[in-house]
Amino acid sequence: MTLPEVKQLLNTLAEQIRPQLTPDTALVGIHTGGVWVAERLHTLLGVSQPLGSIDVAFYRDDYNSRGLHARPQRSGIPFDVADRHIILVDDVLYSGRTTRAALNELFDYGRPARVDLAVLVDRGERQLPIAARFCAHTLSEALPADSKLALQRDDHGNLSLEVKSA
Amino acid sequence: MLNPQLTKDGRLRHLITLDGLPKAILTEILDIAAPFTEVAEREVKKLPLLRGKSVFNVFFENSTRTRTTFEIAAKRLSADVINLNVATSSTNKGETLLDTVDNLCAMGADMFVMRHASSGAPYLLAQHLRNTGRDHISVVNAGDGRHAHPTQGLLDMYTIRHYKQDFTRLTVAVVGDVLHSRVARSEIAALTTLGVPEVRVIGPKTLLPTDVERMGVRVFHDMEEGLKGVDVVMMLRLQNERMQGALLPSSQEYFKCYGLTEEKLALAAKDAIVLHPGPMNRGVEIDSAVADGANAVILPQVTFGIAVRMAVMSMLAAGN
Repeated sequence: MTLPEVKQLLNTLAEQIRPQLTPDTALVGIHTGGVWVAERLHTLLGVSQPLGSIDVAFYRDDYNSRGLHARPQRSGIPFDVADRHIILVDDVLYSGRTTRAALNELFDYGRPARVDLAVLVDRGERQLPIAARFCAHTLSEALPADSKLALQRDDHGNLSLEVKSA
Repeated sequence: MLNPQLTKDGRLRHLITLDGLPKAILTEILDIAAPFTEVAEREVKKLPLLRGKSVFNVFFENSTRTRTTFEIAAKRLSADVINLNVATSSTNKGETLLDTVDNLCAMGADMFVMRHASSGAPYLLAQHLRNTGRDHISVVNAGDGRHAHPTQGLLDMYTIRHYKQDFTRLTVAVVGDVLHSRVARSEIAALTTLGVPEVRVIGPKTLLPTDVERMGVRVFHDMEEGLKGVDVVMMLRLQNERMQGALLPSSQEYFKCYGLTEEKLALAAKDAIVLHPGPMNRGVEIDSAVADGANAVILPQVTFGIAVRMAVMSMLAAGN
């Protein structure tokens, strides 16, 4: 399967979001890939609110079996969450468990007025009732369950999609 | 020999002592603690990592700071915390330590945070859990006799790293009653493991262990000499309650020789930080002007202590 160019996907995603932006809207990227996407969207859309980021490591439901091995990053929400329109940004939407964890974490900062989800790629196979309002690309066929689709960033800051099989 | 604090695949199972704990684990604890400091700024100061787990605080010795910060840490991780007031418990009626523990296990304990006047008590507990097939229950040493106080050592390392970043360029002085201090032993072990090139201990001969050089430290009996150029001053509390016989002429005499005053601190590096594990004896080991001065990081230590204890407990819960 050929994966689309990230640059094109970012533009598509930005154009989907643009009509829905209000002066109150804030972007929150989910570590790690989602933060890269959120950074680009923040620039492309000229969002006035500062950029937020969260690491869901402490909120995952598979924490007991996976442990804390990946280095958790500091979450940073530099604005008041209460009554705000928030767009959660991730690179890939798959089971929906990361989004669930991100929503739980977000609500620990306050009660937002509305939360939307924006993703570069939807690879299907959802395990929870979660859907992205903004999505630049949907995979036409399912990937093997044990493979990992994620955004990569090279030394020059260029983003690309990569499939890694287990 | 297998480190009894680690699982077969090298994850933290118990935290008994920092002595012999690999540098990678020490660094991992400090790294994991960093994002936990931010939880205090949220509207809901809770993470779900220990949801449904029962943490038993079993303190056979007095403590306010340590017990409270362990309690806050466990509660911020959503655990159920049970504080045992041992002074009014069945140990006073003659129950043994291990019988007490067995009863608490029967009540569904997942983790013990234990302080005991006898060195080695938490190790005994960990061994007992292993021998009785209850390895999934973790033990955190909150201070045992003169032996170790690992979470204090870790929060001190977190504090030093926060202000000084790189351990490998520091000169650190540990000052005071090293002989009776489990804090000093944990600090020295951690500083050495993390690569501090020069660790000094400063104190009168009567308050230093006889083989203290074997811990890899430089010994000073003259405080002015020992403080010259140090980046970090780690003060210790004078532990009057553990002293037997006449080790010191008087606390005034002690303050004159080993109390940290502004004049003595001026001999250290200009940006030196001053740590103290608390509770402070003002006017005995530390002068109020220093304790409340710009170089002191004694209250940040307490705040960082919560994050470090959260890191330890969440790693234990994940490792078991």
